[in-house]
Amino acid sequence: MTDRSATMAAGSAPATADAHRRPLLEVKDLRVHFPTEDGLVKAVDGLDFTVAKGRTLGIVGESGSGKSVTSLAILGLHKRTRAQLSGEVLLDGVDIIGAAEETVRRLRGNKMAMIFQDPLSSMHPYYTVGAQIIEAYRVHNNVSKRAARARAIEMLSLVGIPQPDRRVDDYPHQFSGGMRQRAMIAMGMSCNPGLLIADEPTTALDVTVQAQILELMKKLQREFDSALIIITHDLCVVAEVADDILVMYAGRAVEHGPVADLFRRPEHPYTWGLLSSMPRLDRVREDRLRPIKGTPPSLINPPPGCRFHPRCPYAQRLGEICWTVEPELLEGPNDHSTRCHLGPVKAREVFVAEVEPLL
Amino acid sequence: MFRFLLKRLIVGIVTLWVVTVVVFGIFTIIPGDPALVYAGKDPSAEVLAGIRAKLGVDKPLPEQYATFMKGVAVGRDFPTGPKMVHCDAPCLGYSYKKDVPVLGLITRALPITATMAAGAALLWLLGGVSVGVLSALRRGTFFDRIAMTISLAGVSLPVYFTGLIGLSVFVYQLQWLPAIDTNSPFGNPFDPVQTFQSFILPWVVLAFLYAASYARLTRTSMLETMSEDYIRTARAKGLPERTVVTRHGMRAALTPIVTMFGLDLGALLGGAILTEYTFGLQGLGKQALDAINKFDYPLIMGTTLFAAFFIIVANIVVDVLYAFIDPRVRLS
Amino acid sequence: MTTSAVTAPAAGATVTAREPIVELRDVRMHFPVAQGGLLRRKMGAVRAVDGVSLAVYGGETLGIVGESGCGKSTTGRLMTRLLEPTGGQVVFEGQDITHLSTAKLRPLRRRFQMIFQDPYSSLNPRHTIGTIVGAPLRLHGVETPNGVKRAVQDLLERVGLNPEHYNRYPHEFSGGQRQRIGIARALALRPKLIVCDEPVSALDVSIQAQVINLLEDLQNEFDLTYLFIAHDLSVVRHISDRVAVMYLGKVMELADRTSLYEAPQHPYTHALLSAVPTPDPAKEKGRERILLRGDVPSPLDPPPACVFHTRCWKAQDICRVVEPPLLQVSPTHQVACHFPEERKLV
Repeated sequence: MTDRSATMAAGSAPATADAHRRPLLEVKDLRVHFPTEDGLVKAVDGLDFTVAKGRTLGIVGESGSGKSVTSLAILGLHKRTRAQLSGEVLLDGVDIIGAAEETVRRLRGNKMAMIFQDPLSSMHPYYTVGAQIIEAYRVHNNVSKRAARARAIEMLSLVGIPQPDRRVDDYPHQFSGGMRQRAMIAMGMSCNPGLLIADEPTTALDVTVQAQILELMKKLQREFDSALIIITHDLCVVAEVADDILVMYAGRAVEHGPVADLFRRPEHPYTWGLLSSMPRLDRVREDRLRPIKGTPPSLINPPPGCRFHPRCPYAQRLGEICWTVEPELLEGPNDHSTRCHLGPVKAREVFVAEVEPLL
Repeated sequence: MFRFLLKRLIVGIVTLWVVTVVVFGIFTIIPGDPALVYAGKDPSAEVLAGIRAKLGVDKPLPEQYATFMKGVAVGRDFPTGPKMVHCDAPCLGYSYKKDVPVLGLITRALPITATMAAGAALLWLLGGVSVGVLSALRRGTFFDRIAMTISLAGVSLPVYFTGLIGLSVFVYQLQWLPAIDTNSPFGNPFDPVQTFQSFILPWVVLAFLYAASYARLTRTSMLETMSEDYIRTARAKGLPERTVVTRHGMRAALTPIVTMFGLDLGALLGGAILTEYTFGLQGLGKQALDAINKFDYPLIMGTTLFAAFFIIVANIVVDVLYAFIDPRVRLS
Repeated sequence: MTTSAVTAPAAGATVTAREPIVELRDVRMHFPVAQGGLLRRKMGAVRAVDGVSLAVYGGETLGIVGESGCGKSTTGRLMTRLLEPTGGQVVFEGQDITHLSTAKLRPLRRRFQMIFQDPYSSLNPRHTIGTIVGAPLRLHGVETPNGVKRAVQDLLERVGLNPEHYNRYPHEFSGGQRQRIGIARALALRPKLIVCDEPVSALDVSIQAQVINLLEDLQNEFDLTYLFIAHDLSVVRHISDRVAVMYLGKVMELADRTSLYEAPQHPYTHALLSAVPTPDPAKEKGRERILLRGDVPSPLDPPPACVFHTRCWKAQDICRVVEPPLLQVSPTHQVACHFPEERKLV
């Protein structure tokens, strides 16, 4: 398998050290707004990040944070009649936002692919798993059906489906949940895309299957040297797999940094809240969980100033600035940036003194 | 797949049998003495008894039913006046009013009904589905709103209204079409042009009624399908939008249409009473209506059974088709 | 159906220490699967629950964990007799309710309630939350000193909802709030036992914690007993006093929380615990992870003897022949394995 992927990689982009430094995907000031009867929903409101080949970015956020809207925007899947997009999404230098629909379509599935949360509803119930992979491969590769079928079987075996030459003719409902997600991955990777986006890839799966799927994604990423974005509500899922983490809240990044640094020294009160609100197996059981108070804000009328201030336990301490001035996403040491008026120094002090002991 | 087919077939036959029992039961149990219908004014008791004996309605119900079923299986003889008339299998009874076996009447009326149903079905399927799909894909646009308004009219306007408007406009005022020769709508001998002229209005009128509800159903089904996760997957694969719509969207969205179409067509083959009556076509529906007016019980019963037969066959076809379309049905 | 006989238990009422509220005794729930032919030949049965014995004691929280299809939800439904078992006994406060008719169950229904995973689908969208939460009170003709509306508003307030929202409809609430409505409804009759079936798995992390805290507060306040069914091992650990691990309709391991999480003995429990990721990349990198092979076998045709042997790395010949009984390994710890072994995983 390795030599095949190497030749394929060579076909698309030279796998040189230089290519690794230049990010494959650059998102600059991305905004996705949806006009609705109630007002303009600012689902994503100014988002910047990059992902290089061979790297994994974990985007973490709760429902309504804009994480899934972001992924659909990268793939150019928002209907332009219904969503207002601005900013730039550069895939290998090509701007997805400004490009013609046909140009984006040719990139989709080919240079960038996506897998979704629920593999059962994400596959067409009337077509065999093989037919769906073959379709994905042939739309971007001018090959015979026979060759595409061979590719489908090869991909299924690569993702660990037993007896791939037989299972290729099965329908999705004949697969188990974990196998379906493997098949989705096989479909996504069939054209050897440089970028793979996985939107809650393990949320619908059992914990033992989740471990298998994460393992598989790591393995494939190494083999294909692709850039990977994992979108999840669960910090735990990306802790092991991701290189960088982006925490989103109400359509914006609130914290962004390398995984080790972000987990060791998180700087944003929202990230602290996420970490302290979940029960953890790796810590002594506490008598009480410490949830983030309140609920996620409206995206039509987001709170003024810092969007997190109504739920933030530290807003009172800093005072007025929190509900009048929106903080910038400021970069501190170690490529670690945070959007909070506390600032990196103060945030670190608060974390060490007040938050960490309780985690 | 074969087992599935066999199973459906057996279920269908059993259903048909149950229908014969029920229909036979209803028509023999309903109050009213059939003998009275055939007797003249103020018949004597002996005359009535004679007629009852001739009709066989003096025998116990199960025996009557057995005789009837025997007729269906191997044919039977009916006494008419002095001599016996043989009615070949499958014998659905004998119309004393018209003095012919019921099946003969049915087979004579069937081509008219079938022609009407088939032509209309083709029209409404093409029209309804394409309007529905387009409406769904352009939801909220001017086209969608106009199409849905018209289809609302189509659903709510009765056939005799649209039919009479059609006749008055195209036949009597514009004179684009000749009046329908109700005795031989196909022409005598068969004439394709006359056939077309006779049937075009019934086709359009009937199709309009059905197309309207098909357009609405297709639109709903298509909207639902196009918001499915697998449509998003198809787009994410980079398929051209046309492929997404046809191969992934319509394939799934049209499944309920197939079901509805099969059942509608089956029901129509049993006779479209209002349309046939409006245009004066001597189809199964019109014939049944006349039979009801004249208390021609054997003909009513025969037509009912015949209609039931079509509906049951349509049901089987739909089920098999459904299994063919949806592998989850076939392979579960 | 006299209602006066059953008065709401006072908040402080204590239950005799080791008297189970509900007990399942070797309960089986086999759903028949018919197939083929006109005669609908019975082809087999889905063994959703296959010989489970569990007792829930007053005031405790018994957690049930397991993967989808392990029978944990069915077990919950059996305990509240929403399902009639095909074998074994269900005993509620000493009374055998295994085959009680719906009518006879009704007065008992006040004593055990359920909370479901999807708060939206379990709330009638056409009813106001006042109607929804008040329904059990009206249905059982419970006497409310200040009227039903007042009682409902008290309940709403107690679960952290605005009592003024009495006349709103379910769709006007967020997921977390809807779950609170479900809790208020379950609480209306002051039940003894509440079966919580995945009550927080559809909620966002920050909301999850709020609901869990609420459940714990209510337990203390109203002396509730919980059967807490979830697939999330960390949540179950947090809330449960004792935990049962289920696999293919059987209990694999049953122990108090500390023993189960710190000294699990069943290989399946080991695999489950090792698969749970933690938000600590440094520890994750070095952590031992047991990856199970393949998928859970079909409950239509479960493996013979030990149901886990097909995926177990420790399986020996005996595992394929003799079914291991659920045996006591310590006063608070039972394991169904031929080769139990203590292992520290978290």
